[in-house]
Amino acid sequence: MSLLVSLVANNPEGYWNCVPKCVRTLERLTRSQDIPQEYTYYGIPSPWLQVKTMRVLQYFPSIEDPSIRRSLVEVLQRILMGTDVVKNVNKNNASHAVLFEALALVMHLDAEKEMMAQCVALLGRFIAVREPNIRYLGLENMTRMLLVTDVQDSIKRHQAQIITSLKDPDISIRGRSLDLLYGMCDVSNAKDIVEELLQYLTTADFGIREELALKAAILAEKFAPDLSWYVDVILQLIEKAGDFVSDDIWYRVVQFVTNNDDLQAYSAAKARDYLDKPAVHETMVKVGGYLLGEYSHLLARRPGCSPKEIFHIVHDKFPTVTTSTKALLLSAYVKILMHSQPPDPELQELVMGVFKKYESFVDAEVQQRAVEYFALSRKGASMIDILAEMPKFPERQSALLKKAEDTESDTAELSATKLRMQQQVSNALVVSDAKQTNGTPVAPLTRLSSAPRNIDQMGVDASAQPPPYSNGAVARSAPAHPVAPAPASPTPAPAPTPAPAPPPSAADLLGDLLAPLAIEAPPTAVPTPASTPANAILALEAPPSAGLAPAPPAPGDSLALALMDGPPQALVQPVGVIADWFRNLCIKESGVLYEDPLIQIGVKSDWRGFQGRMVLFFGNKSPAPLVNVKAVTVTPSNLHVQLTTVPEVIPPRAQVQSPLDVVCLHASREVPVLDFSYTSVNVPVSLKLRLPAVMNKFLQATPVLAHDFVPKWKALTGPPTKLQEVVRGVKPLPLPDMADLFATLHVGVCPGLDPNPNNIVAAATFYSESGGATLCLIRVETDPVDRTQVRLTVATPDATTSFEFKEFIKEQLIDIPSAAALPPPPPAAPSPASLGLTGPAAVLAGLI
Amino acid sequence: MIHFVLLISRQGKVRLTKWYSPYTQKERTKVIRELSGVILSRGPKLCNFVEWRGLKVVYKRYASLYFCMCIDADDNELETLEIIHHFVEILDRYFGNVCELDLIFNFHKAYYILDEVLIAGELQESSKKSVARVIAAQDTLVENAKEQAGSITNMIAQATK
Repeated sequence: MSLLVSLVANNPEGYWNCVPKCVRTLERLTRSQDIPQEYTYYGIPSPWLQVKTMRVLQYFPSIEDPSIRRSLVEVLQRILMGTDVVKNVNKNNASHAVLFEALALVMHLDAEKEMMAQCVALLGRFIAVREPNIRYLGLENMTRMLLVTDVQDSIKRHQAQIITSLKDPDISIRGRSLDLLYGMCDVSNAKDIVEELLQYLTTADFGIREELALKAAILAEKFAPDLSWYVDVILQLIEKAGDFVSDDIWYRVVQFVTNNDDLQAYSAAKARDYLDKPAVHETMVKVGGYLLGEYSHLLARRPGCSPKEIFHIVHDKFPTVTTSTKALLLSAYVKILMHSQPPDPELQELVMGVFKKYESFVDAEVQQRAVEYFALSRKGASMIDILAEMPKFPERQSALLKKAEDTESDTAELSATKLRMQQQVSNALVVSDAKQTNGTPVAPLTRLSSAPRNIDQMGVDASAQPPPYSNGAVARSAPAHPVAPAPASPTPAPAPTPAPAPPPSAADLLGDLLAPLAIEAPPTAVPTPASTPANAILALEAPPSAGLAPAPPAPGDSLALALMDGPPQALVQPVGVIADWFRNLCIKESGVLYEDPLIQIGVKSDWRGFQGRMVLFFGNKSPAPLVNVKAVTVTPSNLHVQLTTVPEVIPPRAQVQSPLDVVCLHASREVPVLDFSYTSVNVPVSLKLRLPAVMNKFLQATPVLAHDFVPKWKALTGPPTKLQEVVRGVKPLPLPDMADLFATLHVGVCPGLDPNPNNIVAAATFYSESGGATLCLIRVETDPVDRTQVRLTVATPDATTSFEFKEFIKEQLIDIPSAAALPPPPPAAPSPASLGLTGPAAVLAGLI
Repeated sequence: MIHFVLLISRQGKVRLTKWYSPYTQKERTKVIRELSGVILSRGPKLCNFVEWRGLKVVYKRYASLYFCMCIDADDNELETLEIIHHFVEILDRYFGNVCELDLIFNFHKAYYILDEVLIAGELQESSKKSVARVIAAQDTLVENAKEQAGSITNMIAQATK
């Protein structure tokens, strides 16, 4: 029979004809007909066989044949009716074993209402029986019943009994009744049940307390008749069982309070009352401190609630708390201070005093906050915007539910939490309009990662994910449960923005100001891709950017990558900045052209004269083959590009090479574009990548001596072959750096040709198919006084080359990439040099 | 299925263990230690089922011995309780008024009987008679073998080898 059970459990398909046989066996057994004597166990024929048979039947969805169905029902009926409490313990146990199995079968069959009602009645009797085993099973089966059918009303009738079992000396029974209560809770009886739970909490033993606290919190949240009651309950919970209230619970409270304006005054008042007590748990201090910081100004009118008093109440607890709470309290103080307008000088004194005292505190976080808040508070009223209240949170799935599910791995399989998850979320607690964020789908929100604000001139969307939240108190609270896939830790965002959609530049400014308030992140000024540390959860209230273009995470920001779940990513995103790679490759001969989680494209190039060869390496990083691989080059007019065909399929973890020949026809700044597309696991990806076949690849530095240089320079007299331009908007750089830049561009600087130390003279040979080797001469005149301008003179025998070359140099000078990887472009200072130069340049000018 | 069977004395000494699920040696000692703590500390009036690590442990106390069986969360507990009792009855019938000493001195026989009753964590034989018959047959075999080994002819044969 056991074999049959396991086989059927796996796949009930082929075993349909077993069903009638099973039913018949069951019949025989229950009627005690012709069963050999030895298999009878205390008068019950082989109870185990009966149990197993019923188990098998449970695996079949439903029984079609009416006759069989009828006989089964009859059998079950007999079992249900016939089982009595008998003197003999063992007979009792055996018969009840059969009975409970029959109950399970009835539930499964979902037969008639009447049978179900019978079952419930039986169960109701059981949970009042003295025998603990029966009680235990009764409770367990009731919990299971909740799931299957809607007999909830009948179950509720036994509520009183269940609550009594909560106080049973036996821990197993207590656990079961807790489960049951949790499962059968709904709007009507929520209040009572939660109060009971709270009461029980004080007497419960430690093992069960955490689960209890969590469940109470969830129930309160789901079924609260009104919000203030909910806040009450949670505060009570913290007071009674502070140690077991995990951080998630109080984050949730704060979320709700922030989102519901009417709650704010009430909860602030309550917080104050609780904090007034002599012995307060640390979590209470955290919650209270936070709430008072945010909303104490609402209480200002009431007696005993002036900012100063509130400050005193909170500050009394200051010495007793841990460092992380201290940090949170500091924030609260500065907010209290800011909110008390007109500023009360005494209060200011007190608060500033606290800040000054902690300016040299051991913990870096506290110290930082003290120093910054001190500086901020001196700035006065303008800071009120920054320190305004927290914006509302977007609605999201309760982290508590996730946690409850995980902690329930120890209890019955059809846990009440799962039941809860399947039920409709009750509307009792309606989270009012979440602040409009980027319109990111909220439901699967997990840890919100930081989105580096990519202020990249190359045109990557400066977008940001919905404001990632940084915890006010604890530096990045650990995931609720290591197993939980994406622990969401809703934590207060320190980003107040008065305007709902500040323009990007304003947001940048705010970013600057907010930086000190980014309680976690070290202050970053303008966040740049390279400089965003993994921890920088800058809560910048993102301007709703056009379309949610997920910004590519900063390279090395692996945390963000690993945990970012947000918008459904139909596209595969590059793991770095494409523009950076391109720029890198313009100077170097080999490197990465593009990389994303599935593929890596590398380049190795070799240049000789006007010809070059680039080998593209396509590496498949994913375990699945990349199909439909297509690579096409779009060539501009100045180049001739030939790409050998790329294979259509790239096998997993393999690399494919594809050489590319480039011939430079004439000078131009255009670059070829590689149109690359592939499909991986039915996700098509299409990329357009610029290939680094730029002008400087065809340049060769040419050292020219003075006696060669000067005549050539003189020979070229003016436009179009010799072009001069004042270039503005150049990033200031010292001369050696500019010389370095030229070196990287294969433009050879000739020192000593120009007596003016502020000038750079350089020469290079440009190779092209049409022009052959063209000697290009450059002079860059910088002005030490104003380094943002230079006068650039370019001379080559060929007009187009001159023009292109000049533009190219200009680009290099002006184009300041924000990544510090590249050598800073030469900040050629402007020198409005004209031919009538005097002084040091006169000699050269005279030569020219 | 039954994951393991554990017999513990009142003082915490392990009399018999049988494992139907893979547990390493370290895990086994850990499990035993844990469960002993949990079960021995339970009072008399409490129910016989304990939730432990996501599994259920059904135990019954007979005189100074605790019989524990660990089952899956979805198994029928009362049924397991009866399996325990069934096993105890067979032991009783075999040893005649079994007590802990019997199990200490004849633990090998206890294991034989357990193997007859349970296989791979499921109940195999629910008839006491058949089990008794089989064990009796085994005993006669053992007797015969002993006799043969102790007979004179055998001793001489051994000596002259």
